[in-house]
Amino acid sequence: MPDTLDFEEPIAALLKEIDTLNAQPATDARNREIEALQRRIQTVRAELYRSLTPWQRVQVARHPNRPGLEFFIERLFTGFTELHGDRRFADDHAIMTGFAEYRGDPVLVVGHVKGAGGDTKDKIFRNFGYARPEGYRKALRAMRLAEKFSRPIVVFVDTPAAYPGIESEERGVAEAIAVNLRDMMVLDTPIVVIVSGEGGSGGALGIAVGDRVLMQEFAIYSVIPPEGCAAILWRDAAKKVEAAEALKITAPDLLDAAIIDAIVPEPPGGAHTNPAAAAALVDEALARTLADVCAVTSVARHDARYRKFRSMGRLGIDFVDGE
Amino acid sequence: MAWFKKTKKPIVTSAKEKPSRVPEGLWVKCPGCQQAIYNKDLAANLSVCPKCSHHFRIGAAERLRMLFDGDWVEHDKDLVSTDPLRFTDTKPYRARLKASVESTGLKDAIITATGTIEGLRAIVASMEYGFIGGSMGVVVGEKITRAIERAIDERVPIVIVCCSGGARMMEGARSLMQMAKISGALARLDRARLPYIAVLTDPTTGGVTASFAMLGDLNIAEPKAQIGFAGPRVIEQTIRQKLPEGFQRSEFLLEKGMLDLIVDRRELKQVIANALGFMGAVKAPAPAAVEEAVATEPAPQA
Repeated sequence: MPDTLDFEEPIAALLKEIDTLNAQPATDARNREIEALQRRIQTVRAELYRSLTPWQRVQVARHPNRPGLEFFIERLFTGFTELHGDRRFADDHAIMTGFAEYRGDPVLVVGHVKGAGGDTKDKIFRNFGYARPEGYRKALRAMRLAEKFSRPIVVFVDTPAAYPGIESEERGVAEAIAVNLRDMMVLDTPIVVIVSGEGGSGGALGIAVGDRVLMQEFAIYSVIPPEGCAAILWRDAAKKVEAAEALKITAPDLLDAAIIDAIVPEPPGGAHTNPAAAAALVDEALARTLADVCAVTSVARHDARYRKFRSMGRLGIDFVDGE
Repeated sequence: MAWFKKTKKPIVTSAKEKPSRVPEGLWVKCPGCQQAIYNKDLAANLSVCPKCSHHFRIGAAERLRMLFDGDWVEHDKDLVSTDPLRFTDTKPYRARLKASVESTGLKDAIITATGTIEGLRAIVASMEYGFIGGSMGVVVGEKITRAIERAIDERVPIVIVCCSGGARMMEGARSLMQMAKISGALARLDRARLPYIAVLTDPTTGGVTASFAMLGDLNIAEPKAQIGFAGPRVIEQTIRQKLPEGFQRSEFLLEKGMLDLIVDRRELKQVIANALGFMGAVKAPAPAAVEEAVATEPAPQA
């Protein structure tokens, strides 16, 4: 896997220059030159990332080095204890859940796991983040546990889609997602959702009903992957760039549509260039949001959660009554 | 890296899979048994082949005529999408909407209405495949949600007849969110202890299956309907093999435990009425429906 994405060519060129310099014996002058180049990379990167196209954002959201659930657990939570299995069929490895402490308070953490960047074995073990029905059922089982003991739930969303395979269909992946959508809406405990990478359609939404939905700056959230949309509507998968544009899948687009509540900024150059800084920014937003949703009564929270999703599709904006 | 990758083939619908809606003309060839059927016989038989019981796809209004005892009161019939994304693929979404409005006489892919089923007052939401593949955008989501909320307010059962390719891509994430919106409303209906019957007809796929289609107190399917979450071609691409015969058909889902029962269209109304009876719906005069009953049958479709 290259260190840079195709649109990061100017950065790749600078990196190459550094490599050339590094290959030569170090002198003070050369070290200064390298430092200057590194600073230049920072500037160029920040500049590039200020105006990413939707397709470029898709690439960033899918970046193999992008911090995922396991990194966030390590950075933001203490004493994580993983819970396995749906008590029906199996333990799905593409969705992970467990209890932990967040800033000293017990919470339940749920999220997709794609597998560590560069580690193919781990990616296969995690099924590349494609969850099977068991994953959604495990998530709901754990969330019910959180409800029973009045613990808030923190959800991290990062999946290409629910797993499109025979066994998924046989064991009712559609039913598993549907039940989660229905039951999460009335789950009597605070839920904060963070879309941290790919919000892949029903596979994402299946654990993403909550009181607040936050989205990292370069994450995406879509009804269908751009490639799939291009294949169906353009009849040409190569039109993915156009599809990514048309589908309005970026964080600013979704904030405009009131589908998400806030954007969590990423370090310049994206979360993958500085995972620690990215985690700190998520931490900050999460602490604030969690405090907000925990401050209201259960009845008020339930009503607000219902109204939030109820108003997706706004009269006079997204549809009108009569012509 | 890309030089040895196969470029993805576009998704092509083969002629065999073309919708089996009753075509115009005197005689129809049944895709089930290849026999010629007299069109009037077919219409008199609820668009079920009298010879092999192949269920032809039917429109939303025809479905309501089949399920309701007589007239119905339609709700929210003028809701129209504003094309919030200004979506254009090979043609503008607006043009697709316009063409569907003209061909179906509807303003979006669903009719919601109140009427009686064997004397039992009920709300029925009926999806129209002829309108952009029955896809669910904001209008479909809103009309179903309003229908569920109305069922809760008036304490009547609701039946949703699914016939849809899934969420509507041209309205982006807004379409996706309708899944959560409708499912949330169904949670409230559930708590109000009111009946919800999902009727799954050919096809019921994608985001519709992964939300309200699978959440009925009863999930009833018509025979041999295609029902699934992921599209068969997507699955074939993932597993790199042909899917077994009958995969994602009603009978397959029944065997896997996802459906309560499969019902022949000619018995569907009676089965629904029986189920509603079990769920406590009582026969009662419905004065409101009678008074308000205007001519609600839409004009004959093109």
